[in-house]
Amino acid sequence: MSNVAEAGGTDQPQFTISSEVMVSMRGVHKWYGQFHVLKDINLTVNKGERIVICGPSGSGKSTLIRCINRLEEHQQGNIEVDGIELTNDVKKIDEVRREVGMVFQHFNLFPHLTVLENCALAPIWVRKMPRAEAEEIAMTYLDRVKIADQARKYPGQLSGGQQQRVAIARSLCMSPKIMLFDEPTSALDPEMIKEVLDVMVGLAEGGMTMACVTHEMGFARQVANRVIFMDGGEIIEENDPIEFFNNPRNERTQLFLSQILHH
Amino acid sequence: MAVNAQDAAPKAALLYDAKFRSILYQIITLVLLIGFIAFLATNTISNLEKRGIATGFEFLKHPAGFGVPFSLIEYSEASSYGRAFVVSVLNTLFVSACGIVLATILGFILGVARLSPNWIIARIATVYVEVIRNVPLLLQILFWYVGVLSALPTLRESINIGDSIFLNNRGFYTPLPIAEPGFMAIPIAFLIGIIATSLVSRWAKKRQEATGEQFPVFLTGTGLIIGLPVLAAIVTGFPWTMEYPVLKGFNFRGGFVLIPEFAALLFALTLYTAAFIGEIVRAGIQAVSHGQTEAAHALGIRPRPTMRLVIIPQAMRVIVPPLTSQYLNLTKNSSLAAAVGYPDLVHMFTGTVLNQTGQALECIGMMMLVYLTISLSISAFMNWYNARIALVER
Repeated sequence: MSNVAEAGGTDQPQFTISSEVMVSMRGVHKWYGQFHVLKDINLTVNKGERIVICGPSGSGKSTLIRCINRLEEHQQGNIEVDGIELTNDVKKIDEVRREVGMVFQHFNLFPHLTVLENCALAPIWVRKMPRAEAEEIAMTYLDRVKIADQARKYPGQLSGGQQQRVAIARSLCMSPKIMLFDEPTSALDPEMIKEVLDVMVGLAEGGMTMACVTHEMGFARQVANRVIFMDGGEIIEENDPIEFFNNPRNERTQLFLSQILHH
Repeated sequence: MAVNAQDAAPKAALLYDAKFRSILYQIITLVLLIGFIAFLATNTISNLEKRGIATGFEFLKHPAGFGVPFSLIEYSEASSYGRAFVVSVLNTLFVSACGIVLATILGFILGVARLSPNWIIARIATVYVEVIRNVPLLLQILFWYVGVLSALPTLRESINIGDSIFLNNRGFYTPLPIAEPGFMAIPIAFLIGIIATSLVSRWAKKRQEATGEQFPVFLTGTGLIIGLPVLAAIVTGFPWTMEYPVLKGFNFRGGFVLIPEFAALLFALTLYTAAFIGEIVRAGIQAVSHGQTEAAHALGIRPRPTMRLVIIPQAMRVIVPPLTSQYLNLTKNSSLAAAVGYPDLVHMFTGTVLNQTGQALECIGMMMLVYLTISLSISAFMNWYNARIALVER
């Protein structure tokens, strides 16, 4: 699909996965009115793991990761992030959100602030950091996503790929313990997908814990240590990427893979 | 027919030439316009001559000879028409300014309330907006004047609070402080309070940028602006005497009075315009995509700062242009004061002054100029503000 795909699964870099649990979901159910979106989700993400979640549209994969930082409420079961249980306790929700970064399909940059201000906003208002220090950190991460020269521009002046890289830098400025990606490349023009995926690969190599909803199978092969396939609100299959792509066990997984890999 | 015209196109007569036609139409329009103005002018001049009315603004210096129930400056029956003009302009500005401030505050509360997750609050706001928006303003002014305020007790049965505040169907009477030497210390302290607050807020911003610590600017500012004048009053030994309203003859004398005409007009203008502003604010907030809230929440920013730092600044660019026209509407609607007899520009000028002097052209002209000036000033200010908060797109 993209250049990352050619890297293949064979020369996957060595990652260290700790036995420390970052996210644990046990028996999670969610309904939108009558519609049962998540059915008995059990998932554990350890520190340093890179999980890719895929599945047909409407399968509940976005809802699943949005439950991790409580953008969606679950109605049954138990979710713990870094040892903090997500309940209606507003303080705990804040604590979790401070440690969890999220990148959206449509970037959701703040259009009335410059790139630098976008990145410095949360460190200043949430971490109570001096502006100079926050901007210094922002510049470090903007440099890491190779967009430091655009720091004084407004989001509307950047291309989609550039905006998504800024969005990643904005999340990193809060030094999150885990990064959630909700279809980060789906709204991008094909020629911009690579620049965003490259940044994500770099993050993974830096040891970041990641949960990523994506259809970029090349990225999954190269970076993920586990691939999760969802359909109809359930986790259908959970496997390491090589097994998942070469030897899918479930019928629905086979059908899905044949549809997205042979178009 | 169209086909015929096209066939004839190359050797078209002058009358069918598009360019010639457009010029011809413009010349005809111009001639008609000039003719119409000339007709009006000669007609007016000959009519004025026939009736022996002198044109000009001499009349402004003549004594007006009528009283005014509500004035912000010194005015008596011996004052000139010019003075009466100033009184009426000030009255219009006063009710409009009060109305704009109150309607903006109430409107923002309504707009946010309609989006409240609290079902009852949202419903109340909806019902308010739907009812108030759909009843004519003139009716609302009359409702307050005739329906509510005239139902207040009569003069003899005034609601009496501590023999100093009185409420009856003629108005709301309060004591008026009369300045004594040393009184100036209080407004000066008030000014110092405002200046100090702006300094504190600047200092707090700098400190936040330097150390990251936040400072309760709002509380400190409120304390300074209220506290300093109070302190000044205590230190200078309360340098004023209160003039109390006293019942003499057929009315109260002395003190400060808010007449029911003003109250009815202000209530109606405020409540009516607030309903529209509420809708504008709601639309503005809803125009900001939900993704913005989610992004801010995902970064750990709490709901209140999210509203202040992310949503409102973006909503403002949608809110400001229609808000400007609501301000203009409110100002112009204040001319409905004539219905209840609040001495605003229209009521005093097309009413009393025009009737007494017959200087129709001058009176109407002056009035139109005043409204034009007020309206253009408001929209110039709002345009400047709008340009300042506009988004940079490319």
